[in-house]
Formats: sequence, structure tokens, C-alpha cells
Amino acid sequence: MANKPFAITLKPGTSLANLTGSWRSARPVYLNRLPPCNNACPAGENIQGWLFHAESGDYEQAWRVLVRDNPLPAVMGRVCYHPCETSCNRGQLDEAVGINSVERFLGDEANKRGWKFDAPAAATGKKVLVVGAGPSGLSAAYHLARMGHQVEIQEAGPLAGGMMRFGIPKYRLPREVLDAEVQRILDLGVTLKLNTKVEHIEQSMKDGGFDAAFLAVGAHIGKRAMIPAGDAAHIVDAVSVLRSMEGEDKPMLGRKVVVYGGGNTAIDVARSVKRMGGEPIIVYRRTRDRAPAHDFEIEEALQEGVLIKWLSTIKQAEVGEITVEKMELDEKGFPQPTGEFEKLEADSVVLALGQDVDLSLLEGVSGLEIKDGTVQVAPNMMTGHDGIFAGGDMVPSERTVTVGVGHGKKAARNIDAWLRDITYAPEPKHEIATFDKLNPWYYSDADKTVRPMLDMIRRQTSFDEVQGGLDETNALFEARRCLSCGNCFECDNCYGVCPDNAVIKLGPGKGFEFNYDYCKGCGICEAECPCGSIKMVPEDI
Amino acid sequence: MSFQPVKFYQTGTYTVGNRLLGPDERSVQSGELRSNSINSGHRACQGCGEALGARYAIDAAMAESNNQLIAVNATGCLEVFSTPYPESSWQLPWIHSLFGNAAAVATGVAAALKVKGKTEVRVVAQGGDGGTTDIGFGCLSGMFERNDDVLYICYDNEAYMNTGVQRSSATPPTARTATTMPVGKEPGNVFGQGKNVPEIAMAHGIPYVATATVADLRDLEYKVRKAMKMHGARYIHIFVPCPLGWGSASHDTIKLARLAKETGTFPVFEAEHGEVTSVLKIRKKQPIEEYLKPQKRFAHLFGKHAHPEMVEHLQAIADRNIRKYGLLDEEKAHG
Repeated sequence: MANKPFAITLKPGTSLANLTGSWRSARPVYLNRLPPCNNACPAGENIQGWLFHAESGDYEQAWRVLVRDNPLPAVMGRVCYHPCETSCNRGQLDEAVGINSVERFLGDEANKRGWKFDAPAAATGKKVLVVGAGPSGLSAAYHLARMGHQVEIQEAGPLAGGMMRFGIPKYRLPREVLDAEVQRILDLGVTLKLNTKVEHIEQSMKDGGFDAAFLAVGAHIGKRAMIPAGDAAHIVDAVSVLRSMEGEDKPMLGRKVVVYGGGNTAIDVARSVKRMGGEPIIVYRRTRDRAPAHDFEIEEALQEGVLIKWLSTIKQAEVGEITVEKMELDEKGFPQPTGEFEKLEADSVVLALGQDVDLSLLEGVSGLEIKDGTVQVAPNMMTGHDGIFAGGDMVPSERTVTVGVGHGKKAARNIDAWLRDITYAPEPKHEIATFDKLNPWYYSDADKTVRPMLDMIRRQTSFDEVQGGLDETNALFEARRCLSCGNCFECDNCYGVCPDNAVIKLGPGKGFEFNYDYCKGCGICEAECPCGSIKMVPEDI
Repeated sequence: MSFQPVKFYQTGTYTVGNRLLGPDERSVQSGELRSNSINSGHRACQGCGEALGARYAIDAAMAESNNQLIAVNATGCLEVFSTPYPESSWQLPWIHSLFGNAAAVATGVAAALKVKGKTEVRVVAQGGDGGTTDIGFGCLSGMFERNDDVLYICYDNEAYMNTGVQRSSATPPTARTATTMPVGKEPGNVFGQGKNVPEIAMAHGIPYVATATVADLRDLEYKVRKAMKMHGARYIHIFVPCPLGWGSASHDTIKLARLAKETGTFPVFEAEHGEVTSVLKIRKKQPIEEYLKPQKRFAHLFGKHAHPEMVEHLQAIADRNIRKYGLLDEEKAHG
């Protein structure tokens, strides 16, 4: 003290000696929340995860993250009904992110640049039979192959793709796109046997020495309805019509074609008929808002000149004409007959009333439970018979391509576990990053990119693809509209807004860390985190 | 906008940083090597807007002056919480003299540097609204009038917080403070008093006057850096919410600053030689209640014995700011 100047008794010190962390009653923690898009995806894609890479222009990495869950992005980007976009938080801000269009861009990019899947894991020596080369079977085969299993697909039809080829019209899914993605799966070493109908599953497994089987034969038998009809009345089912569209001989339906039903298949048939020069009329017993078809498909069909008679049932079919009865909805919303009849010209009637599953391959297999024409499966996708799994349209669920792909992935993981004699336990899901967890102030205003549509004349006369894709600039823009809900995207906000410098920036790609020695627990970082990736947790005091 | 906004990059201009931006497009605060001029361990309350505003401003000034900077501090919260003897949080040469003479001391430091030929070393003076708009006002006006080469930064939290929340000439009408209690016919601070120091600074015709808030970091950094590129007397008035004095939640500090700007209550603009050159436009206009309700100092305007006429009056003041400074885009003003 003697050496210090007059009136100075202490050495100068730094405030770092003052550990203000002791003031805190709640501490911020970083966490990942589940983005609503990921939560909604039937194929379990990590959408926010692959958009993250697309945002920086690294499309190959984005594609690689995407195909960890779904091997068919170019197909998905065309035919998926994108529940991800319906649940997208950005929809509450301006418009949902065009996830589907970015997915298509990535899929097309992969096809254009010839990207291949990562090599499979070391061979396990196990053999798995996949029955059916539709979305579910292809997905299961892909995942099983990447896990190192030997996979053989046996397909009854002449080409792979299932309903993606024989159900979805070309104007929605060009076949070269499908072919490219199927081929990439086969390049993993998957064997595909076409024109091979499995008559009896246990026998086929025994013959081929398979350790397990995944059944995904789909639902290809068109449901019939009892319509009183004259002998010569031309009544066909929608599945056969769509299937025959693939062959050389287009179906002979005549000029006036009545399509009976209100689902997506009815719309597909009507739009296909329009393209072949026919005049389709859809007859559906309920109203537009109650139709199972997606509204945008109904809208596109109407734009193309498809006529729709709502609230009508077919009472009688004769050569050249049908009789329809007008319906009205009762208070419960069920259609009731009114006794008013009307005649419509009809060269043929196409029934689009849903499909049944051909379950003949399962005859005599023990332990199976069949209910309402579908095979019952446990949560692990296994049927009542040990080692036989099933998925896609043949099990009870929503019948879409994406659900099928999801089943394939889930089944593959469980088959893998079953073969290793362990139980597959998925990681517990994070809590959902709902809109109220975000601070949307920080996101720039940016409207959704509109995808180009084919001109109307070509939509009515050709099977060219209706909806166009994005190019690189607008795909990048669209990817960057992602809010990154629940997952840090390194915006530096927490690092910037802390009044106490208690956030440590670890560098690009490494995120951040709290310095609890100094964090006073004010909570500004949580309040100002745009994407809801910080949570305040009470301290034990 | 008063500065070049970052074109659309997911979050564009609004967040502190962005992994997709090039280094030259990033804010000072996003840098791992920012100077952290006021370091951890300071004794400001949880969620202190002034501590945050001071780091934003001084870090930007440090970056622009190549770390050749001396700070002069008036008495006030900022001085007390950063430098309880013998500790200091400051990471630059820093001097405190009295409550009312920061501008004069800064003038002296600038003069000394000039005499010594150290032209590369720059001077900032800083203080709260009490030390600036009341007690230090004479020295400040003198510094402006002589056009001394000092950047004066006022951190405005609208009262004397350090001594127990007494009214200053920057306290808004109706606000409760220890000296303007919410009693009687016209509870809280009265209408028609106080002063607008940014406009008084402009009236001196000095080279640069600007306002900013802790909610718009990019704008704040742009203004500090621009001021540091100029010489002569410059004044920046930064709006810094005070959770303690305002009775607001500590996590609402930035939100309240944002609402002050978005309601028009605190106009954000810049002026050169007495002429307004640009304003920060309101992005999503909000009614004044949104700003008032989270603050207990305005609690008496709502609830059982509400004073809707006073809220209306405050709204009228905000609307006048919007008209006067043109804070709304034309289409938004009509829509």
C-alpha cells in the first residue's frame, strides 16, 4: 500500500472477477425442437435439415440428407401432397415454404448430375424378400440394402413403380423421372425380378432362402358398385383404365365418359380422358368440400374443362346413357336421395370407388389377421406371422405414395432389428416448434415462389407435365424462406443481444455455448431467438 | 431506410449475423473478435438495455477507429455498474469526472490529443438521459456550439434510474417515477414538458445527429460508424429500455425498444447539419397500447381506473411523430 499514489488503496481490477451468474434464477439452454414439417412428413424426412444445406447452395449435401429418409425425391417433388407445407409455420407469416418444389429441384438435380447413393454398409449375410416394386417396396429395399442386407424384389407387373407407374398419370409424373430413381436404387445391388407374381409367400421365402419378407403388393383391384345396367353398358374400373394408359393400346372409352367417384383417382381418370380427346364428367354423391380428392386437383381438373356433377348417384346405366339421381345432404352431412332423376349421355362409365388388396399370396399363412380387406400389422410393421412384414396400401392407412415410402423405411428398420434379434427403438421425438416459440420479427418478408404451369391447350391435349420446376436461383430463394423452426441456424442473435457477453460463439458450424459464470438469466436470448432454439429452465435454488 | 439493407438472406438485415453472409456484410456484434468494450461481470440489472446499447455503440466505434478510442463517461448507471472502484468492465481508456461535465471533459481530451498530434485517437463521450438532457446540458450545448471533435452518445432510459427512478427531462408524459407518482387527476408525468435533445442538437447545425434503438443493431452500427468517419461535434441518442425503472420483464428489453420504434413513439432518423437525411421506416405499425401495456410505469393508464384519454394523447404524439418524420411508407400509411 505504501507504493500506491495518494488516496489509492486498491489495485485496479477487472469486472471478470465478479461472477454475476450467481444472480440467476433461470438458465437458458440450447435445444432442438421438432419442426412441424418434419413432424407432418409421412416419410419421416428431416426437411428442415436438408433445407439447411440447400440454403447455402450445397444441393448435393441437401440431397444426401434428404435421401437418408426417402430415396425418391424427384418423384416426391411431383406427387406428394406435401402435408409439410400445410403445417409449415411460415404459412402463418405469409405463405408456406415451397418444400415440395425444392425437393423436386434436388431430385432433378441429382438425376441431371448423376449423384449416387452412399455405398451400403458391410454385408450382413441376411437375405430379405420384398414383394412388390411400388413406393413402399422400393423404399424398404433401398433402406435394407443400405443397411447391408441382400434384397430381392419380386414384382408381378412388367415394370417397377407400382401405382407410381400404373396409377399416376404421366402429366403428373414423367416416367423418365421414375425410371432414374428406380435405377439408382437397383444400383445399390438390389435384385429386381419383374413379371414374378408371388403365389404363396412362405413357399417363395423358402425357395429363395430368405430370412425375412416385406410385403407391399398395394391395392390394385377396383371396387365395384352394384349399378343396374343393361347388357351392353360399358362399365370399367379406374385402376384398369389408368393401367392401360401405360400400354400401347389406350383404353376405348368413347367420347362421353362418366367417372364415378370423388377421390384423386377419379380426377386422374377424368383428366386423362380429357387429354385423349374425350369429354369427362365426374359424378359424385357429395359436395366439393366433402370430396376426398385434394382441392387443388379438383381445381386443376375444372380449369382443364372436366365437368363435375356434385350430389349425384348413378341409378341405372344403359348403352349410351345413364340415369343419375340428385342427392341432398342431411343434417349429419350424409347424402340422401331426392327422387329427382336426370339422364346423361355416357359412352362408358368408369368406377373410381376405391381399391381392394389382392391377398391371395397370404393364403394358408398362420397367425395373420385380415380385417376390412387389409392386413393388420403391429407398430413395428410385422404381421402376425414372425418375419413377415407388410406396408403400403395393403395395410390400414392413408393410401398415398409418401405414406408408402414411410412404411418402407419403418419396416426396413424393424426388419433390420428383427434380423439382429434386437428391438428397434426410435429416438424420442423432440417437442414441436410451434409458431408461438418463434420470434417472426427477424424473418424478411418474402412471398412464395410460384411454380410455372403448362399452358391450357397443352394441358387439355397432351400428357406433358403440368407443373414446372424451379431453377437454381428461385430454388435457393425458396429454400431460404425456411424459418428453421426449432433448430439453430447460426444467426448470431443470442450472441449479439446478451447484455452480459455470456454467449460464446464457437465458430461456423459449431453453434454457441452459454457462459453460466456471467449469465444473469434475463431471458433476452430466448425472447429474441428467431427460431425457438433456446429455452429458459428454472435453476434449482 | 437509412442504410443499405442486406438483401434477402432468410433473415436479411434483421438478425445480428447470418451464416450465409460474407464477412464484409456482417455486423460488428456478430464477430468472434468484437472488442466487447464493456466486459462480463458488470453489475447492470438483468436485461439492462443500457449495458447492451453501450456495447453495441462502443464496439462499433472501436471497430471504426481501429481501437484508437478514449471514452469519457458522465455519472449514471453506466458509470456505476461498470466501474465500482477498483473494478472496471471497460476494455478501452475510460475516464469519469462528474455528472454534468462529460462533454466538457471530452472536449478537453480531444484538445489534448490535438496538441499532442495524436490525430488517429478519437474521443467519445457518453452518459444517460439525466447526465445529458438535464445536468450536462450546458456543457453539451457548448461542445456542439464549438463543434468540438467529439461523438457524444446519450443512452436514454427516460429517468434517473441509478438513484431510484426520478423523473428527467426525457421522461415521457404519464410515466410513473418516484417523483411523478400515479396519483390525482393527471397521474404520472405531465404532458407538455421535457425536451427533445436530438432536435436541439440539430438546431446547433452540427455535422451529424442520429437516433437509434437497441432493437435495430444494424442501423445503430451504421450510424456509429458513419459518425466516426466524420469530425466535429456529433450526437447519437440511443433508446435503451430499463426493466427496473419501467417495471418491465427483463426479457422484454429489445421487444420494448422495437415497439417504441414501431409505434412511432421514438422516431429513428439521422440528420446532417440540421437537416433530416433519412428515417428508419416502421415495418409493422402497432397501436401505442402494445408498447405501454408491458410496462408497469404505465399501469395506471389501464385497468379499473383507466385513463383512455391519456392513452389517446400518447397515441396522438406517436402519430404526430409518424407524420413529422414520414415514418410510414406511403402505401402502408393509406392501407
